[in-house]
Amino acid sequence: MSTTSPSAFATTDTAAAPLLSVRELQVHFPTQDGLVKAVNGLTFDLDRGKTLGIVGESGSGKSVSSMAIMGLHRGTNAQLSGEIVLDGVNLLDISAEEMRKKRGREVSMIFQDPLSAMHPYYTVGNQIAEAYRVHHDVSRKVAKQRAVEMLDRVGIPNPDKRVNDYPHQFSGGMRQRAMIAMGLINDPNLLIADEPTTALDVTVQAQILDLLQDLQREFNSAVIIITHDLGVVAEMADDVLVMYAGRAVEYGPCKEILTHPEMPYTWGLLSSVPDLTGDTEARLIPIPGNPPSLLNPPSGCPFHPRCPHREKVPGDLCRTELPLLVPGQRGESHTKRCHLPNPDAIYAAEVLPVIAPDLAGDTADAAEEL
Amino acid sequence: MTNETINPGNQDSEEAAPVAHVEGHGAAVAPVDAKPILEVDQLRMYFPVKSPGLIRRTVGQVQAVDGVSFQVAEATSLGLVGESGCGKSTTGRLITRLYKPTAGAIRFEGQDIAQAGPAELKPLRREIQMIFQDPYTSLNPRQTVGSIIGAPLAIHKILPKDKILPRVQELLEVVGLNPEHYNRYPHEFSGGQRQRIGIARALTLQPKLLVADEPVSALDVSIQAQVINLLQDIQNEFGVAFLFIAHDLAIVRHFCPEIAVMYLGKIVEIGDRDSIYGNAHHPYTQALLSAVPDVKQAATGGRIERIRLQGDVPSPIDPPSGCRFRTRCPIAQEICARHEPPLLQIGRKHKVACHFPGRLGQAPHEPLTAGLLGVDAEGRPDPGASPSTDLIEQPGYADTWFDLDNKSIGRA
Repeated sequence: MSTTSPSAFATTDTAAAPLLSVRELQVHFPTQDGLVKAVNGLTFDLDRGKTLGIVGESGSGKSVSSMAIMGLHRGTNAQLSGEIVLDGVNLLDISAEEMRKKRGREVSMIFQDPLSAMHPYYTVGNQIAEAYRVHHDVSRKVAKQRAVEMLDRVGIPNPDKRVNDYPHQFSGGMRQRAMIAMGLINDPNLLIADEPTTALDVTVQAQILDLLQDLQREFNSAVIIITHDLGVVAEMADDVLVMYAGRAVEYGPCKEILTHPEMPYTWGLLSSVPDLTGDTEARLIPIPGNPPSLLNPPSGCPFHPRCPHREKVPGDLCRTELPLLVPGQRGESHTKRCHLPNPDAIYAAEVLPVIAPDLAGDTADAAEEL
Repeated sequence: MTNETINPGNQDSEEAAPVAHVEGHGAAVAPVDAKPILEVDQLRMYFPVKSPGLIRRTVGQVQAVDGVSFQVAEATSLGLVGESGCGKSTTGRLITRLYKPTAGAIRFEGQDIAQAGPAELKPLRREIQMIFQDPYTSLNPRQTVGSIIGAPLAIHKILPKDKILPRVQELLEVVGLNPEHYNRYPHEFSGGQRQRIGIARALTLQPKLLVADEPVSALDVSIQAQVINLLQDIQNEFGVAFLFIAHDLAIVRHFCPEIAVMYLGKIVEIGDRDSIYGNAHHPYTQALLSAVPDVKQAATGGRIERIRLQGDVPSPIDPPSGCRFRTRCPIAQEICARHEPPLLQIGRKHKVACHFPGRLGQAPHEPLTAGLLGVDAEGRPDPGASPSTDLIEQPGYADTWFDLDNKSIGRA
């Protein structure tokens, strides 16, 4: 098992190179006020058939990094550096024409708001068939047949009739299904879902998440799911990447991150949402303050102005030095960007009793070490 | 810009100071004998659908809210949950009288305001205020924060012009903003801060009832908790009652001791927190609860069995006959298509509108409501039975109810 490939433990074939490998990705936008460092050194791997969940607040760089993978920053003034290797090809090196051939075929994307992502003047079938004809030299008729098949596959009733409908005639959940049909029509290896269920109701969200999982199994694609809902991540993801201010602050297997988080920002995310079985007498514990400006990010650890635990770090380390993304106390696969020497003990003693009192008993021993 | 603080600490304003020291929170337990401040009785709102062309005939009606009854007690919160299009926001707007209801009564402190005219409503606007969902579109971009928050004071001529500014600054402190920012414009604030401005504006007139329509759903998770805590502090401090409209079941559970679940313009289940979240008897409530993704299951392993609801919510222009949920209901039978289930009280504070009410997987095989409606198990008229006459929905709770476990009448 190599240390540079944290998700390798999850695969059966550790020797194979991952499908997607992002190395030190930087996306900077020059503006009149200065350089906005939207993504600042992002590294992760993703294998075929696996799901990576990217979590973070708005402005943490989640969507910008996925757009970089799609090559959507080409033609803008964004400055990209690093490597995005998909199936052995560095997407940042190839020409715009080559990228165009890959986009939709090898990597495709589902957007948050399907109403604004679809063209209102064209029928749904037309738009799905177009996605197919861009990459396959077939007649309109064949492409439309394929679109009907895909609409049927994503669970739209009467697909041969609905294929001629316009997007406004679909409900929100059906539009999102149609977006998924469009994303999967070319059988891509990698599907990026940017907040696919945020605009939907819980019952429809459950349908869409089930559908995504079924399709992923069927097509064996890799999926990146971008969300701010830790519940969605808990259901869908194999690996989780927590982003803050353009950087990964915690990365590891989903279960690890959600049960033994080692970074105060992840603790904050977990403790600021109520859950369906929690104690209603308890107050929510918000993360104080606001996300930082990316124009002028805080020195040292970007989270330090909002971090309630920075006094526990000796010296002024949090303010002066950016912590590295290194493995914590729980093995090589779980990396975090934090100076705290004993995050597990602090989590067990201070955070867990608040967010899940019923689980806190198991780790009471760890708390006594404090 | 990190001038936003979690709690408005160390102020010298008398009114705001205790907010910072409140430890518990008010919304958790409903007072037993609280007086209802708002009573909604058989409220209906039908929006006409007009035909296109020159002569715009009414060709149909969107039954957005169709016979909703509930009470909100003083200084407590009622949560209103449901999918989009179920009429929860319309209900909120009816209560603030942004719409005029088609039928029904809205009794605020005993006075029916459902059909009141603008002149009668003006004093009531001081008592009922609203917090809107989207903090980006609900604040006028061309006005300073000070004039947005101070406008209600000027409109209602409560304070002379020179006293408005100190009051605005006081309010900014209450909601945890820097009082010196009164002359800034909304675009200079972040989403969470703008929502605080919206809350300050709603608090200006010291209302007794706040209608909060999805107050946190447009905010980031870490900011949501700040705003929820602020609303609880406000409730503790000023004793404001809340009608809390949201689709996030976990937040509603956290904030409201009493919850009403709506589906297609009707309340399908209403009750206190434990009845709804621990003892739901309506298949729709059960499906909603099972659809919520849960963080904790990652810790405990496994995944809760989900009830998959098929399809989408039917159109409120042409709702299904009988029970409106029957088209998606896993346990629907013939009677459901023929008769609308009455909202039956099945617990001290628990009402459900279903022919087959029961805990998940324990729904009865015979409709419980057949005898009450005077029909047989398939819903055909039964000549031997006469329909019960006391099925008219009351806004509050009765002292007696049908105890489903013991098949008897329960008493308070």
